[in-house]
Amino acid sequence: MEMGFTTAVYVVAAILFILSLGGLSGQESAKRAVWYGIVGMALAVTATLFGPGFGLWGLSLVLIAAGGVIGYQLASKVEMTQMPELVAGMHALVGLAAVFVGFNTHFELVNVAAMDESARKSLEGFAALLAKKTSVEINILRVETSLGIWIGAVTFTGSVIAYGKLAGKVNSAATKLPGGHVLNAVAALVSLGALIWYLNTGALTPMMILTLMALFIGYHLIMGIGGADMPVVVSMLNSYSGWAAAAIGFSLGNDLLIVVGALVGSSGAILSYIMCKAMNRSFVSVILGGFGGTAGPQMAVEGEQIAIEADGVATALNEADSVIIIPGYGMAVAQAQQSVSELVRKLRAKGKNVRFAIHPVAGRLPGHMNVLLAEAKVPYDIVMEMDEINDDFPDTDVAIVIGSNDIVNPAAQDDPNSPIAGMPVLECWKAKQVFVSKRGQGTGYSGIENPLFFKENTRMFYGDAKASLDKLLPMIE
Amino acid sequence: MKIGALKEISTGEQRVALTPESALQLQKLGHDCVVQKGAGVAAGFSDAQYKAVGVEVAATAAALTKACDVIVKVRPPSEVELKRLSPEKTLISFFYPGANADLMELAKSKGASVIAMDMVPRISRAQKMDALSSMANIAGYRAVIEAGNNFGRFFTGQVTAAGKVPPAKVLVVGAGVAGLAAIGTSTSLGAITYAFDVRPEVAEQVESMGAEFVFLDFSEEQADGAATGGYAAVSSPEFAAAQLAKFREIAPDMDIVITTALIPNREAPELWTADMVASMKPGSVIIDLAAEKGGNCKLTVMDERIVTDNGVIIIGYTDFPSRMAAQASTLYANNIRHMLFDLTPEKDGVVVHDMEDDVIRGATIAHAGEITFPPPPPKIQAIAAKPKEKVPEKTAEEKRAEEVQAFKKQTQNQFALLAIGGALLFLVGSYAPASFMQHFIVFVLSVFVGFQVIWNVSHALHTPLMAVTNAISSIIILGAVLQVGSTSLLVIILAGIAVFFAGINIFGGFLVTRRMLAMFQKS
Repeated sequence: MEMGFTTAVYVVAAILFILSLGGLSGQESAKRAVWYGIVGMALAVTATLFGPGFGLWGLSLVLIAAGGVIGYQLASKVEMTQMPELVAGMHALVGLAAVFVGFNTHFELVNVAAMDESARKSLEGFAALLAKKTSVEINILRVETSLGIWIGAVTFTGSVIAYGKLAGKVNSAATKLPGGHVLNAVAALVSLGALIWYLNTGALTPMMILTLMALFIGYHLIMGIGGADMPVVVSMLNSYSGWAAAAIGFSLGNDLLIVVGALVGSSGAILSYIMCKAMNRSFVSVILGGFGGTAGPQMAVEGEQIAIEADGVATALNEADSVIIIPGYGMAVAQAQQSVSELVRKLRAKGKNVRFAIHPVAGRLPGHMNVLLAEAKVPYDIVMEMDEINDDFPDTDVAIVIGSNDIVNPAAQDDPNSPIAGMPVLECWKAKQVFVSKRGQGTGYSGIENPLFFKENTRMFYGDAKASLDKLLPMIE
Repeated sequence: MKIGALKEISTGEQRVALTPESALQLQKLGHDCVVQKGAGVAAGFSDAQYKAVGVEVAATAAALTKACDVIVKVRPPSEVELKRLSPEKTLISFFYPGANADLMELAKSKGASVIAMDMVPRISRAQKMDALSSMANIAGYRAVIEAGNNFGRFFTGQVTAAGKVPPAKVLVVGAGVAGLAAIGTSTSLGAITYAFDVRPEVAEQVESMGAEFVFLDFSEEQADGAATGGYAAVSSPEFAAAQLAKFREIAPDMDIVITTALIPNREAPELWTADMVASMKPGSVIIDLAAEKGGNCKLTVMDERIVTDNGVIIIGYTDFPSRMAAQASTLYANNIRHMLFDLTPEKDGVVVHDMEDDVIRGATIAHAGEITFPPPPPKIQAIAAKPKEKVPEKTAEEKRAEEVQAFKKQTQNQFALLAIGGALLFLVGSYAPASFMQHFIVFVLSVFVGFQVIWNVSHALHTPLMAVTNAISSIIILGAVLQVGSTSLLVIILAGIAVFFAGINIFGGFLVTRRMLAMFQKS
């Protein structure tokens, strides 16, 4: 096939990818949009396999097929509660692939440079492309390649750590090596030095140093970020995997890689921005880990937490006309989404107005709660965003908080000294009655006392979320 | 410790301070419970019911007082009851220490501790033991029922085959706990309910109960309810006059008037004058819940039902909670139980009289041979939140000006961003070779398209978005596929691994996205 044809296919694929992302604006159009993505990817891969300057396509096909089998297994077996881990794990693969492709570029560059004029003419494919470059172009190529490798390596170790934290294999608390962010800064400086060294010599050693530094930064950066900030981390890594692809696209001179890399990169960046906004924190403060310092003593919480048993909750629910449920990470941990769904089904069957309020950072992944509820067959048109539903709480009879804490903390609004002051929160305490399903009396991840639990209209429904709900279910009629 | 409930000796008092249910809860705290023979009968709790939950039944009041460490009852104690106390014993009951100074002296001379349920401070933490509120709630409910009993018509309006029935009009004066309970009961019976209170901040509560708040044409700032512990304060003569004028205006329309206005430690204010009563229709009913303190209507006779010359019925009963003895006993016994809960911090059956605790200190009027009344002001003040300063409404011009300002700022920001972006592009363009610029333009445009497209993605689909971007970011496979054809074995191996990984990602990413999207179902 001719180069022109391949380019034409790339344009079609790029448009399909854009449509695929754009289609995610609604649940129904999204179902179609994912097919655009699949077709786009198929076109792009086929065109490249049979495009100019390509050999060993048999091997490639076998490898893709083998990868496909594993991918299929992973995708069909994964539990929806494990989505954050899966996404993080897949980022790691993209990052590693970017590192390998980057190194290959380097090796090819060295090979080509070593050849004489006649040998260069006989080259095919990628190597032929390299052979035609001028010295300025070669330097730019080296920068692009290093950038691709660097971002890819950060993405790789970062995602592996994120995976570990999300899967509970690494302690999810924020831990840093002594030296903290100074170490990261030093590693970044060393990387920069290695880049300059590499530009001047084109040797393998500086490239290896650069890669090692990037691997270290990825590891150390994510180790220093705690569990509740994971939505930002995962979307940030998502963004990085895109930028890595774009950088590799530059070095290979492949426009489709650049387009897709840029799309993915900006998508992840926007997600990170939305998540930070929802926590009222700057991106930098999330990356630097931990919550910011407080301006003064926090307001003392007055009152006491009043416990309630399942029958009390059931009575209130049976009498209520409108109910809003606020799920959080605790629901995912307890695997309670099926019980929640069953509760909603029973309540709706009695003609009650039941809705869900989802805070943007609920869970460990942007949109995590929506997916869990969808899996449990909760219709998506009763699952509302924070801005859509926050004004409805005063007219609501019962609000049920299941496994969330900071996102329903009134201190964010009332106490200017609270570490989360100014963070937008779900105003569930304005409902006539609030039930909080929670394992025990402790504070949440952030260690901030939650005055909601002490309010007069709040009752604490202690116990594992799933067990509590299962106890509650038979009493709803 | 042993907790004993005395049988009430005041005539007509039917309540009891311990129910079988509260006894069960107290036993969980490690206490033993005793009840005087027949104490609960009037409230519907037989001795057998008490025995069934393991409560001991004592034959006489004297025997019970001797055997128990904590004695609970409802009404203030008589002299005889107090004389039976000894040091180390605690009495918990209503006491009204302001009016019963000599009883307090007697308690002091006996060295016993006395906790007055009517002195529980009005703070959030103590609400569960606020017996005044729980009794007022019952009084408010019962007032409406009593009114209905004496009122010859329906509460709710009806159109029947036999003719049209107009709804009753009910006015509730004073929207405290009793007033609000009366409002709730009255609206749920279907009457058109009006309510008045000198504290304008309760208008919201009144309206939330379904009644209409009667506003006065009066601009003077009212005393802040929060400063007086949530109770009403005395109003100025001008205000009182405006209030009476309003009542006079609406009096002829009202079928039922329920007055609940009390000011702590004072005679009840006169709110419903004789001429208002005279202007009411025959058969109308006035329930005066302030009868004990002289009544909001001066025609009221304490503890009696009277009919005026023009046929208006005025009821001055003071024992409304006792008229609902079963309900009142249940709630009062719960108040007592909560008080004992706070007195038993370790839940081990040992009463610790912690005089540092705001609630316990506030309610204790005699302890260790001392009179401890009146209590110091509680450390925590706050019942009703202070009304927030109102932000002055913005005029239309101001709003318009703000919008213009915001628009200008936005435009400036956009121009600035475009200018900086353009300058950067120009800078890159003037140094980089043409081949790089080609790709760079593609890159910048793609980032731009990406930003435009992603902002429209629904929040609910952020996880599928991440999965699908994950899948398409394996477009890196193109690079690897291009390199597999190399002559160098190392390159082939590395490229092969990259192809393999990207393959996992492509299939995994798209499949899991499809799986997720298929789950999103509309109801």
